Amino acid sequence: MKRRSPAWWLLTIPGLLAGCVSRNNMSALDPQGPVGKTQLNLIYLSTAIMAFVVIVVAVIYIYVVTRYRERPGDEKKGIPEQISGSKKLEILWTVIPVILLVILAVPTITTTFRLEERPDPAETIRVNVTGYQYWWAFKYPDLRVTTANEVHIPTGKKVEFNMTSQDVVHAFWVPSLGGKLDLNPGRNTRLVLQADRPGVYEGKCTELCGASHALMNFRVIAHRPADFDRWVASRQKPDSTAKTAEAREGKRLVGQNCIGCHAVRGAGFQVEGTTAPELTGFSQRTRVAGIMENNRKNVTDWLKNPQGLKPGNRMPAFDHLSEKQLRAIVKYLEDLK
Amino acid sequence: MRENWLWSWITTVDHKRIGILYLIGGGFFFAVAGLEALLIRIQLMFPDNSFIVGDTFNQLFTMHGTTMLFLVALPILFGFMNFVVPLQIGARDVAFPFLNNLGFWLYISGGLLLNLSWLFGGAPDAGWTNYATLALNDYSPGPGVNYYVLGLQIAGLGTLMSAINFITTIVNMRAPGMSYLRLPMFTWTTFVTSALIMFAFPPLTAGLFMMMFDRIFGANFFTTTGGGNVTVWQHIFWIFGHPEVYILILPAFGVFSDVISTFSRKRLFGYHSMVFAVVLIGFLGFMVWLHHMFTVGLGPVANSIFAISTMAIAVPTGIKIFNWLFTMWGGRIRFTTAMLYAAGFIVSFVMGGVTGVMLGVVPADLQFHDTYFVVAHFHYVIIGGTVFGIMTGFYYWWPKMFGTVLNEKLGKWNFWLFFFGFHLTFFPQHFLGLNGMPRRVYTFEANKGLETGNLVSTIGTFLMTIALLILLYNVAKSIRKGEPASGDPWDGRSLEWAVSSPPPAYNFAQTPRVRGLDAWWLEKVQGDGKLKPAEPLGPIHMPSPSYLPFIMAVGFFISGFGFVFHSWQVGALGLVVVFVTMYIRSFEEDHGFHIQPDELKPQGVES
Repeated sequence: MKRRSPAWWLLTIPGLLAGCVSRNNMSALDPQGPVGKTQLNLIYLSTAIMAFVVIVVAVIYIYVVTRYRERPGDEKKGIPEQISGSKKLEILWTVIPVILLVILAVPTITTTFRLEERPDPAETIRVNVTGYQYWWAFKYPDLRVTTANEVHIPTGKKVEFNMTSQDVVHAFWVPSLGGKLDLNPGRNTRLVLQADRPGVYEGKCTELCGASHALMNFRVIAHRPADFDRWVASRQKPDSTAKTAEAREGKRLVGQNCIGCHAVRGAGFQVEGTTAPELTGFSQRTRVAGIMENNRKNVTDWLKNPQGLKPGNRMPAFDHLSEKQLRAIVKYLEDLK
Repeated sequence: MRENWLWSWITTVDHKRIGILYLIGGGFFFAVAGLEALLIRIQLMFPDNSFIVGDTFNQLFTMHGTTMLFLVALPILFGFMNFVVPLQIGARDVAFPFLNNLGFWLYISGGLLLNLSWLFGGAPDAGWTNYATLALNDYSPGPGVNYYVLGLQIAGLGTLMSAINFITTIVNMRAPGMSYLRLPMFTWTTFVTSALIMFAFPPLTAGLFMMMFDRIFGANFFTTTGGGNVTVWQHIFWIFGHPEVYILILPAFGVFSDVISTFSRKRLFGYHSMVFAVVLIGFLGFMVWLHHMFTVGLGPVANSIFAISTMAIAVPTGIKIFNWLFTMWGGRIRFTTAMLYAAGFIVSFVMGGVTGVMLGVVPADLQFHDTYFVVAHFHYVIIGGTVFGIMTGFYYWWPKMFGTVLNEKLGKWNFWLFFFGFHLTFFPQHFLGLNGMPRRVYTFEANKGLETGNLVSTIGTFLMTIALLILLYNVAKSIRKGEPASGDPWDGRSLEWAVSSPPPAYNFAQTPRVRGLDAWWLEKVQGDGKLKPAEPLGPIHMPSPSYLPFIMAVGFFISGFGFVFHSWQVGALGLVVVFVTMYIRSFEEDHGFHIQPDELKPQGVES
């Protein structure tokens, strides 16, 4: 077993007691990339220093409150000596914290600058992230690929997220990969992350953005480089044809009802909506609306009652469509690969 | 009419009665905001709960935060300041009694306006930080945020007035011999806090005005599509918002200093360094606002500078903690409820303080920011600091204010339940944050390791609620049949303990002469246990009560209500009421009245 720092134990043992530690793929304590690891090391360092401070205070404190508490009979001893202070002691507890803070400040500053360095463009995958109430648009400017609510990245490579917002301030956070950054309307921010291992990492919006702020989830899906290339190739040539008669009816209904806001590329629709998540390759997504497993029932529920599932979002309910029509739409969505 | 007790409370200019009014007002809003907290925690008790979701939940936590910070913590502290500070410096009153009354009614007027949003049109839901653009019309239609903007402007006006009043009082009305370095620590912290308010509230007012113009008059300060900038609001808000947390904690520091030295029977260790630390904390409080914005993307230079300045605050705070510990060292500590709260504060606040330094580590903060780790941190400092300070002050000064002693047995139940409930609620939240729970979310997923922490946290909230109900029962009991308190029930050190409980309207029949730090203690130990008068017994000048502040506050209320609903007529009508009362006041010739010496003697008052 690898050696853990004392701070690790300090952070995880109470967590274990509280039942909070698990491989939950959204924990800052279990980083899966170099950025998250650097940040965790600083969390450990600061925890260790601060634990030292807490222990020193606690020891003096416990001694004082037990040793000097008034006991029956103490009244006779008269008043305690009225000490005004002690220069030496006061200097001591001014200087020691200063030293501790310097120890903490140096790596803080160096890491702050290092994490904001611009990575070598040749070695980097670029992703443009746009935040909307309450979904995420991901565009790969160099690869001509667009997705929503799920961003695929290769392992072992730096990913540069260039972020902005279309409406209110959001914040992009994938705890397992590293710290967060805001998406500001009218401004761009840049966050560089990297995943070392393939896996699915949960991401969340962490800046209050309205009624469904709690449900503005997304996923980072990290592939081995070869798998990632395959994914890019499949996304560049999406299959958006309808396979069955029912799906063809569904496609017609999508053209009538959905395409004003959503885009389905490669299907021959005349319009491509830009105000809602792109549906190209919908069947490949793991989740519906970023919050539910992608299956027939959940898609149907979502179409019927989006406000009930994600309050305040901009999608209208399609409850005027018959069950049959809804089924057809779902069938078509299942054909989008 | 003037004999009516209600009317006499409304028009009172007695700083002690206004202090009690602040406690009642703060207590009322505390109940409201506490209920909101309880509802928030009930919703978060289980994963995927659907008790209160979406905008309603956002309204709850917005109002919880706004109410607690603006209408509970500061006003209750103002209550203590009003009651205690003039007594501690040997003054007969505050410098501006009329203004004092006006400040209180503006606070009530703004607070009620804010809370009426629940009944008329919906409460604000953009968080207590009210970030643009979420808080602008496009994304928060309806009157909700208007209530925030106007309610806080009115209440903030009252706060600013009170601060000016305290500063003037402390500078001008100290008894002879009460030099600055003989002021009790609570008076010192009140002084520094008031100075902070003077500098921190104007930016808030400016920001709220800009927001008001954006929302109500169609300006574009923060609208990106109109050339505005959302980050400007964040800067303005935190230039106010960061000092605000020191405005809340410094008076609590003052309470602890007084209480710890009283119940340890020792003078405060390192008094001069304590004063220095308070002033330094006050100054540094203005230098760190950007640490709330590390994730905005302002670049490594800005982030680094503010990281260092943030960490620097730990030094004066550390000085204070160790000074308190060494005040107790070698003393004889009496663990009354007040002292229990002060002792509980030391451990709780240190834990909140160290996570504060951790938040200053920029790269680590990128993980902590806007998660439950931060929620845990600021509740540790605001409850573990300010609320514990309020509780300490409440138990400590209650006999002085009401002339009865609170039941100590109930007090101890209250403390231990509150103390454990508090840690149970907020300690697990550190781990919830690190395990991926953002703040301000109304739900969390099952099987992500967040269930236990949230459940424990909610259980803790129930314990705190029970503790506060015990306090309420204790208060009711004490008012009905409490044990009468002497003038000096705790063997106190500062001047407020030299007068009867409750003190007479004029405080000191003769202004006392102060001979050193801990003036009252000095007279008990080195003198004959009586204050030396600095003046002969003579007629005491008292200000007359006035109904004008109340009317003026009603005018502001009407005006605010009008503007919330874009009704210019009602808004203007309210302002007319305000200006007419101002006009009347400026031509009013009322020089107050005098209490003659022969009226003092029958009451047995001797200073």
